[in-house]
Parts: sequence; C-alpha cells; structure tokens
Amino acid sequence: MSTEKHAAAARKYLKDTAKVDWQDETLWLVRGKRDRLSKQIPEWEALRDAASRIKLYSNSHLPELLEQFESHAVANGAIVHWAKDAGEYRDIIGGLLTGHGVRLFVKSKSMLSEECGLVPYLEGLGIEAVETDLGERIIQLMGLKPSHIVLPAVHIKREEVGRLFEKEMGTEPGNSDPTYLTHAARRNLRQYFLKADAAMTGGNFAVASTGEVVVCTNEGNADMGTSAAPLQIAAFGIDKIVPDRESLGVFTRLLARTATGQPVTTYTTHYSAPRKGTEFHIVIVDNGRSRILADREHFRLLNCIRCGGCMNTCPVYRRSGGYSYSHFIPGPVGVNLGMASDPDRHKGNLSACTLCHSCEMVCPAKVDLAEQIYRWRQHYHTSAGKKAISDGMAFLMGGPGRFGAGLTVGPGAMKALKAVGGHWGKGREFPDIVSSKNLESIEKQDHGK
Amino acid sequence: MKVALFIPCYVRAVAPSVIEASYKLLRYLGVDVAVPEGQTCCGQPMGNAGYEDEAEHLKKRFEKIFEEYDVIVGPSPSCVVYVRERYGELFRGRIYEICEYVHDVLKPTSLPGRFPHRVSLHNNCHGTRLEGLAAPSELNVPYFNKLKDLLSLVEGIEVVEPERPDECCGFGGLFSIEESAVSVKMGEDKVRRHLATGAEYVTAADSSCLMHQGGIIAAQKLPLKTIHIVEILASGL
Repeated sequence: MSTEKHAAAARKYLKDTAKVDWQDETLWLVRGKRDRLSKQIPEWEALRDAASRIKLYSNSHLPELLEQFESHAVANGAIVHWAKDAGEYRDIIGGLLTGHGVRLFVKSKSMLSEECGLVPYLEGLGIEAVETDLGERIIQLMGLKPSHIVLPAVHIKREEVGRLFEKEMGTEPGNSDPTYLTHAARRNLRQYFLKADAAMTGGNFAVASTGEVVVCTNEGNADMGTSAAPLQIAAFGIDKIVPDRESLGVFTRLLARTATGQPVTTYTTHYSAPRKGTEFHIVIVDNGRSRILADREHFRLLNCIRCGGCMNTCPVYRRSGGYSYSHFIPGPVGVNLGMASDPDRHKGNLSACTLCHSCEMVCPAKVDLAEQIYRWRQHYHTSAGKKAISDGMAFLMGGPGRFGAGLTVGPGAMKALKAVGGHWGKGREFPDIVSSKNLESIEKQDHGK
Repeated sequence: MKVALFIPCYVRAVAPSVIEASYKLLRYLGVDVAVPEGQTCCGQPMGNAGYEDEAEHLKKRFEKIFEEYDVIVGPSPSCVVYVRERYGELFRGRIYEICEYVHDVLKPTSLPGRFPHRVSLHNNCHGTRLEGLAAPSELNVPYFNKLKDLLSLVEGIEVVEPERPDECCGFGGLFSIEESAVSVKMGEDKVRRHLATGAEYVTAADSSCLMHQGGIIAAQKLPLKTIHIVEILASGL
C-alpha cells in the first residue's frame, strides 16, 4: 500500500513499462472473460438490477435480517458474536483462539481480516496464522499485501513464485511450471490442514432465512481447513446479509462471472452447523459499515460484493497496480471504501479516476462508483495545482471578454498551465490554441447571405 | 422551435472548425440554429476536479444564455451530459449532443460529400456510457452505434474500430494533469491501437479526447491525424 499520493506512486510504477503492459493485458483478459460469459446470459442486466435491489433492501433492513440470521444460526448450533469495530473483531477471535489453546491457525482469504489487521495481531499473541488460498499464501510468504482483492498475487510472475517455493518448500531450482508449483503448494499446505487447531473463513454471503454462511472459492482450501480443525470461525461484515436462498442465487450467478469469468466458483460452501464434536463460531462485524449506510451520498457502497470486477476494468488500476493506492482495497471501490473509512488518509487516491464510468457498468450490484468519486472530490481537494488551474479557468470563463482575451494569449496560457500543473508536455504535445475568432458571427454572416 | 448551438469552451479554443462544421451540418439539415453570444464554459472541468461550487457562476451564465431555447445542441458529449446531469431539471430533455440530435431527431438518410479514408472510431466514455451514443462494451444490450450509423452516410469512408473500442483514452479533464503519467500511458496505448487498424484518421465526438490523443500522436510523430466526427459529416458542405 502506498504512503504517498496515487499520482506519485503511479508515476514510479509506470517506469517498468513491460510489467505495466503485462498487468494491463492480464487484467484485461479477465475483463474479456467476464464480458463473454455475461453475454451468454440473456437476463444479465436484469440480474444486475435484481442484485442492486436486493442489496438496497437488505442493507435497509439490517436489524431484522441480522437478528433472523442469528436466531437460525444459533438454532443450527453455531455461536454468534457481534463486533462493532476492528478491535472487537480481533479481541473476539484472539479470545477464542487463546481460550482454545490454538497454536496453529489456518485461514482462507478474507478481506475483512485484512481490514481489521487480524494476522499481525494473532502473531503478536504467539499464534501462527497460515493463509491457505494459494495467491494469499504466496503474498504472505513474500511478506506482502494483496494487490487485488480476488487475485491477490496477480502482480507476481510465476518465476518469482518458483524462486519463492524453492526457498520455502524445497521445489526444484528453476522450475516455475504452474502445475508443478500448485502441486507443491498443495502438499505443503496439507500438513497445515492436518495440524491446525482452528480454521477460519470470511463469508461471501450470510443467508438470513437459514443462518448459513456462504463461502465461494476455487481451490477448496477453505473447505480443507474447516473440515479438519476442531474449531471453526467465520467472520463477515453486516453488509453480507441476503434475505434468503433465492436472493443468494442472484449473487452466485453474478459473482464468479464478474470476478474471474467463470460460470460459478468451483466451491460454493454453505456453512450452517458445527461438525460433531467441534465448535462453529460466527463473528458479525460492523466496523464503519453502519456509518456508510447513514451517508446519503455513499450508502450504495454497501452493495459491493467484493468481486473485483471494477479493478479489472479500471483503466487506471490496470496501469498503476494495487500498491499505488493507499487503501488495502485498490481500484474504484477501494478509492471509495478508503474515503469512507479515513478520508484524510486516503484522499490522495481520488485522482485515480478519469470518470470513464466503466466500473459502474461492470459492477454486478450497480454501485455508483464513479459518481461517488465525483462526490468525494467535491468535499476533499487533493492538489493545490489543480485548484489553481480550476480557479484560473473559473475566472477566465466568467465572461466572454475574459475568455476571448484568454484565447488571444492562449499559447502563453498553456505554458502557464504547464508551469502550474506540470507534466502535460511530457510525452504529449500541447494543442494549438487556434484563435479568438468570433464564432457567433457565423450565424450573422450566414443570415446576411 | 428555437434551437441554439452550444459552443464548449475548449472546442472554441482548440478546434473552432468543429463549431463551423456543426453549424453548417445543422443548417444543411434544415435547422434554423442560433449561436448565442457570450458563451464560455459549462463548468465541467471544475466540477470533475471537485470544484463544482466554484463554477456556480458559470452555471448561472449558461442558464441565462440558453433558457429561452427549446433545444440546445452541442458538439461534445461530456459537456452536454454535464449540463444534463448537474444542472438539475432545467435542460433535461432539451439538450443534445449533436450526433445524438442528428441521428435521433433529424434522421438524415444521406449526406453530401466524400471522405475517402480509413477512419478509426474512438467511442469516448461519456458519449458511450452516459450519453448513449453506442452500446457500452460492458453491458449485455443489443449492439448499436449511432456514430457508425452517421459515418456510414458519408461516401467513400471506411470506418474501423481499435481493439478495446471504448476503453478510456486517459484524458479525463484535470486528470490529464494531476495523473499525467497514467494519462499519457493510457493515451499511448489508445493511439497504438488506432495505428494498428491501419487508419489514417482517428475520429470521435469529443474534441478533448482528440486533443489528448493528438498530443500523443504529435509527440511520437505518428502517421495519424485526428478529426472531429462532425467535420467528416459536414465534409461536403
């Protein structure tokens, strides 16, 4: 995650053109797969409308749906915990693990755990936390953070993975064959699944009418973990609630198609009850979500199902990489979620948008991502240079006389613009300011004929 | 019915020939179009940069100039969308981007003139995704492209589209300055894809995208020219 403004971080990232092009092509390929699959579903746009409406309904009926979920989950034999913020989330999970004497903890990918800083916290308690989704495991072994929410290691080349596994898992030197490396990771992870004292997942959806937590993965490693450990935890944000299985079906049809261009995730697991002789704990987390819900301009952010589709389509994300953003979630939704959590810390991401609106058209739950960025920009200003240019233009356009005068000094004005804002001229020529010609006269000339 | 031509500020500054072409095209198609005096800017650059409030006086000026007209037509989808979406109800339903107006309202079946060139069409973001000039590539909707429909009326033209036909070119108003590194990279990628079509010209409904792409073309001295779509449509006038 970047500690500087997106624009500055992106400028550095862009120096390695070959890597930029590779990332762009890789992510565009995913967008292409999404396009092809979505166009095989005649009712695709109706599905998106339905998803948006279900989310708006669910998020405006949270109290009853969450309580309904809880009562069903408890009836199923689960133990439900409520966390109002990241601190409570960490305390609950830390307390459960230490209370059960857990030393080794396996977890599948959960953006909520990233959001709440779970793994570093557990390490502080002396608990070894092992990520079990392959991409996430690669990132963990490298000491990095995800650069994409669905494809956390999308910025890592297979040769780098080969070298990493050689060091960590004793694979053959120089072998970076993906199948070979995947098998090595599989063997390596199995020892953790067998030894783990507890396993955790996030939750893609929580079904109010049944009390089930639904987890969608492709590798099945979440299921490996939860099938072996004596203690299972599932944690999710309050915005993951859906009313019933019928509405769940709308989302499972949209999620994988948008995220990775698959008809459905390989595994869609409904966790409801603990296995015999084990405990199943569910942690329901707010951590700022009810504040977003109360924000008239940004409540639709809670529609997000974390598919990553907006990242794959974002022309800026594809060319600036996940680490150019200051928030742990990058791309269009990350810009917005960062602003919703800590605007002063994350306002440097607001420039990372051309307002092309592609993200809004890809979003399966119709979050108004670009429009929200526009709104944040009205309240949080990011650059003195931009303000100067904007003010200058607003003044110049205040009257036709000023504007006309501005045009006669056009080339000079463009140079001044360059001095203020910098950087137009690098890699791109200035346009010629043509003239201050009185265009309105074309009408008079024409009618005079 | 009173019809006014809206002259976006940057079009006046960098591509005034587009205004003349727009005027001629509307006149040719039988529209008694007025060109109101005192026009400057709708406020879009300030709004998109986060300074909508500070452009309030431009909105008032625009409203005063145009409120008396039944129809307002402008050669820039993003400016037209800005006025339509950000000015409240005042101009909704009566402000049109010129290609939209010609295609949907005037519906010509032929245009004079020839443009015997291969032309790569840039489907710009606001025109495609907000104005409805073409089916956005993201949506599962029946294909349509009003710009292609209009260009097909011009004799001799060969219209092609680059790979990723509606990916943003990276202009984005003040984005092009604040995020200039990403902006230039996007522009370079876009221009490279136009070049790969073998086209002589890049055309679009928005002069700002063309200004940005033209800047890249000039910096790289590429064998490509930019031309606003209305200049092609009015080439015989």
